[in-house]
Amino acid sequence: MSKKEILRIVDLHKSFGDNEVLKGISLSLKQGETKVVIGTSGTGKSTMLNNINMLIPPDKGHIYLEDVDVTTTHDISRIRQQIGFVFQDFGLFDHLTAKGNIMIGLTKVKKMKKSEAEELAMFELERVGLQDFADSYPAQLSGGQKQRVGIARALAMQPKLILFDEPTSALDPELIGEVLTVMRDLAREGMTMLIVTHEMGFAKSVSDEIIFMENGKIVEQGPPEQLFNNPREERTKEFLFKLNELYGEGGA
Amino acid sequence: MADFFQLFMDSFPALMDGLGVTIMLTVISIILGTVLGIFLSLGKVYGSKIVSGVITVFIELIRGTPLLAQLFILYFGLPPYGIRLPALAVALIGFTINSGCYQAEYLRGSIQSVSSGQIRAALSIGMTKWQGIRYIVLPQALRRVIPSWTNEFIYLLKYTSLAYIIGAPEMMTQAKFIASRNYEFFKVYLIVALIYLVIVLFFTQLFKWLENKVKIPGFEYIR
Ligand SMILES: Nc1ncnc2c1ncn2[C@@H]1O[C@H](COP(=O)(O)OP(=O)(O)O)[C@@H](O)[C@H]1O
Ligand SMILES: [Mg+2]
Repeated sequence: MSKKEILRIVDLHKSFGDNEVLKGISLSLKQGETKVVIGTSGTGKSTMLNNINMLIPPDKGHIYLEDVDVTTTHDISRIRQQIGFVFQDFGLFDHLTAKGNIMIGLTKVKKMKKSEAEELAMFELERVGLQDFADSYPAQLSGGQKQRVGIARALAMQPKLILFDEPTSALDPELIGEVLTVMRDLAREGMTMLIVTHEMGFAKSVSDEIIFMENGKIVEQGPPEQLFNNPREERTKEFLFKLNELYGEGGA
Repeated sequence: MADFFQLFMDSFPALMDGLGVTIMLTVISIILGTVLGIFLSLGKVYGSKIVSGVITVFIELIRGTPLLAQLFILYFGLPPYGIRLPALAVALIGFTINSGCYQAEYLRGSIQSVSSGQIRAALSIGMTKWQGIRYIVLPQALRRVIPSWTNEFIYLLKYTSLAYIIGAPEMMTQAKFIASRNYEFFKVYLIVALIYLVIVLFFTQLFKWLENKVKIPGFEYIR
């Protein structure tokens, strides 16, 4: 294989008390790949993403970002700078403008000069189509705009990989498209992304692989055509059927 | 009315000296109290169980006992142990600790009202916990606590009059001194009360102005 491996997860386990949430998850992502994780609510998708950048440390297992084992590193801040995270609830800093939200990580974490940080922030805002909203505060933005700022903030750190945790689930239906468009562009530009979403249209057209999780395990993974048209597992079929009933064939 | 005005003019210079001390006591205690309050509230919210427990006990102890008793302990209770502090220092320490404990409680509320999503986001871009507190949590928490500074200031300004009991030369001390010479107790204390009122109104407006100045556009505070 020519492409470099960016992320490799090996046998991840996590319990909260006696609630065993992750029961041995393994997966990997090569440079430029986009993989979409699907599965019912409460199945451990968010927990897995939060394990990857150690916001929630796993109990057992290993996570490699290129060659570094994230679970044993002594400088987690360095690792987190290289893993973008886009949250369902945006996580924008309320007291900072769109531009300020992007700059603060550059100046305080990367110790970049203010003028450089500003230039990069404007570049990233333009990339998500928000150059005209640089001086707006989060409370002045729509949900879709907030999420695009969230993505721009992640991009500005120049991560090797971006994790998305249901980035459009908190959005009104008419605002979902603008966020998916940005994500689609990123995939096309070769960003490495691991995305939890239920936007099946998006998943089909953008992802290299779909990962179906249930009860803390990966039930099935494969290219979208295969997984959607020819699921091997009975559980996958049932889930896709339910999903169709809930959301329809739609999505962007 | 004419001699009330005369009395006002006569006692004004001495009262102004006292007022200077009163305002200095209030302003310094509120500033140092804020600094103390920040550390106490951070310790309470982010500290270990032990740290947070010790701070809670300390805060409850200070808030649960009369300020006057605290001043007496500092002023009369410490000298036998070889610690002799001037009245003004005692007043300053007492008011600072008091203000710090009350402010710690206000601040704790505002710190906890900054959404956990923002803290996770701060960590996710590589900030340390301390950077997240310094650059994300505190700037928002301090903005939210400004309205309670107004109350704090009013209480503290009036509480500083307690310092006269240990003889710190604040405004009440001066008033008592003037009145004990001319026996115009009612009028002198009326003048003092009016001066307090003017100061309170002035600072209330100042804090309102400050609150507006640092308001986050589009962000409606939930009170
Ligand atoms: N911080 C936590 N403490 C305790 N239980 C948690 C915590 N976070 C998640 N869980 C539990 O873990 C399970 C999986 O949650 P989550 O990873 O959020 O699922 P998903 O993202 O797939 O909906 C749920 O049962 C949830 O209640
Ligand atoms: Mg989730």
